[in-house]
Amino acid sequence: MTAYGAFDSKTFRSFRLKTLITLLATFLLVTFLMPFSYMVVTSLKDKQQIIEGAQGSVLPLDTVTFNYQGKDYNVYNVPTSAGTRQLALIRKGQTESRFVDPAHPAADPVVWQGSWRTLEPVTVLNPRLTNFPEAWQRVQFPLLFFNTLMIAVFGMIGTLLSSICVAYAFTRFPIPGKNLIFMILIGTIILPRQVTLIPTFAFFTRIGWTGTWLPLIVPHFFSNAYNVFLLRQYFLTLPRELDEAAMIDGASPFRILRSVIIPQSYPVIIAVGLFHFVYAWNNYFEPLIYLIGKPNLVPLSVGIQIFNYQFGSEPQLIQATALLGMSLPVIIFFFAQRFFMQGIVVTGVEK
Amino acid sequence: MTAVDLSKPGTLATTSSASQLARRQKFWGFVFLSPWVIGFLFFTLIPIVTSLVISFTDFNLNKPDEINFVGLENYLKLFKDPILGISLQDTLRFGLISLPMSILLPLGLALLLNSKYLIAQRLFRTLFYMPYVVPTVSAVAIWRGMLSTDTGWINRLIALFGGRGPDWVNSVQWIYPALYIIGLWGIGNVMLIMLASLQGVPTELYEAARVDGARPLDEIRFITLPMISPVIFYNLVLSVIGLFQYFDIPYMLSAGRGDPANTTMFFNIHLYKTAFTYKDMAYGSTLAWVLFLMAFVITVFLFRTGRHWVFYAGGEQGQ
Repeated sequence: MTAYGAFDSKTFRSFRLKTLITLLATFLLVTFLMPFSYMVVTSLKDKQQIIEGAQGSVLPLDTVTFNYQGKDYNVYNVPTSAGTRQLALIRKGQTESRFVDPAHPAADPVVWQGSWRTLEPVTVLNPRLTNFPEAWQRVQFPLLFFNTLMIAVFGMIGTLLSSICVAYAFTRFPIPGKNLIFMILIGTIILPRQVTLIPTFAFFTRIGWTGTWLPLIVPHFFSNAYNVFLLRQYFLTLPRELDEAAMIDGASPFRILRSVIIPQSYPVIIAVGLFHFVYAWNNYFEPLIYLIGKPNLVPLSVGIQIFNYQFGSEPQLIQATALLGMSLPVIIFFFAQRFFMQGIVVTGVEK
Repeated sequence: MTAVDLSKPGTLATTSSASQLARRQKFWGFVFLSPWVIGFLFFTLIPIVTSLVISFTDFNLNKPDEINFVGLENYLKLFKDPILGISLQDTLRFGLISLPMSILLPLGLALLLNSKYLIAQRLFRTLFYMPYVVPTVSAVAIWRGMLSTDTGWINRLIALFGGRGPDWVNSVQWIYPALYIIGLWGIGNVMLIMLASLQGVPTELYEAARVDGARPLDEIRFITLPMISPVIFYNLVLSVIGLFQYFDIPYMLSAGRGDPANTTMFFNIHLYKTAFTYKDMAYGSTLAWVLFLMAFVITVFLFRTGRHWVFYAGGEQGQ
């Protein structure tokens, strides 16, 4: 048994470290995620509030006005002998101003001594939720969303079908020179894509595919190094006894893949599907070059960017659109984060 | 036939049908491999060779049917192209800070999140990763607002402390810091990979070091860093390639004009404009091959130096 005091100071030290480290991480995280608050707050303002916001509040606040004898007057918090009152300023003066009480407009105006410039205007929270329907409509969100979804889903189907087959080939079949082929496959990860870009573009132009979704979808039907690697690592961990038993029962290789390998591999298949989905959702360069001049076919990335160039003077709509554009991938991420995390760890650490 | 491979199916059958089976297995192997082989040929190998061929022609998409061989003309043009010099300079100047950042910040964050004193590690990990899935177009819009001169929160925060923030994206001095800040949202991926590899370092090593009287910083320097050096190395290679491909963020900020004052005319933007704005596919291919060769040389160089500082615990060579 150690001395009571020693035990105590050790727990105290660990407690202090825990607090310190967790506070540090929390501070960094809050700073890191702060721009999201900026986005939400700005997307709820109107233009006037944004301009005024440079001096005043970060929140979507409106100054309160009161209509007196046909004109709008700003309402201020006025300190009086009877406590702070909310009064509408009807006559501004250097040393003396006149106010009217919105509750009793018929009563005599209140005369207040002092500079009105020192007074705080009365504000009220007024989020402009209407920015969202406006952004939705102006950016043609349903159209862009549909385009993105189609490109992402068909590409996802393509990369899943092909990458599963290729990973299956690497893990279950005797292919001569398999290790060399695998090295080449992994090598394509560090190949700068520009070196294949121009001939591929020229080829797609020649066969008339530019201006369609095909160049964004069809190449994914020929697998991809990251996805093959991820699936291969997983397939290697599956016991061979099951597929051997199926083979002795006369199952064809396709049948074994479908009924034995795939049912055991859902976590990794989901991860690969999600990676492709997020990749396609965010992809900018390829839609930019292949869908130029086709505003009805572009995905969100390109469509929102065009919108942002046009509406640079409407920050509230830009932020509302940014929120619309990121919502689906972020929601999917939170629901499926387990698959994401595991997948990244495999591709990053094991190579 | 003696050495029957027990790991392969069909060992129960007679030897003649076993070899028949082996042949069939080989056939099926090629069938399943074929998507990659076809894709590699048509979308990688043939285009690489073709882009080299194109770089010796005057192929322009404005006149796609008139292609002549022009010898080394495009390569001579490299030396007369004033924008190329600017774009290389921009890329290197930017990379000088962005490359170390792309390793050190995720590493530092991973070390923090790996601390045994951190409560709710999983939550922090998820939330630090999250901005990585935010589409670049949204991230750039958000950061552009955050960094705007009068209404952006960063400058308002500076004003709160009595300072005066710069005009970030329109100022020659501040555009790179702005780009580094925007790039912070992409650190989640590398952070996660490093975190996982930190968790893979055997705890016995730390215990042994502590017995020998090592301090926490010694542990990081003599155990943690060597043990995760392969992951650092791999990400460094990817960051270098990524630097030459840097496109989306600067392009969205300046519509590819390279503003302010050509500071964001990065290599890949110059290539894009050559090939897709001016439709000069031939000179674009030349730039692509220059990029390919530079990336190749740097990668080989990294692999060479990597021998001295990358430590493979299992004793295996290369990646």
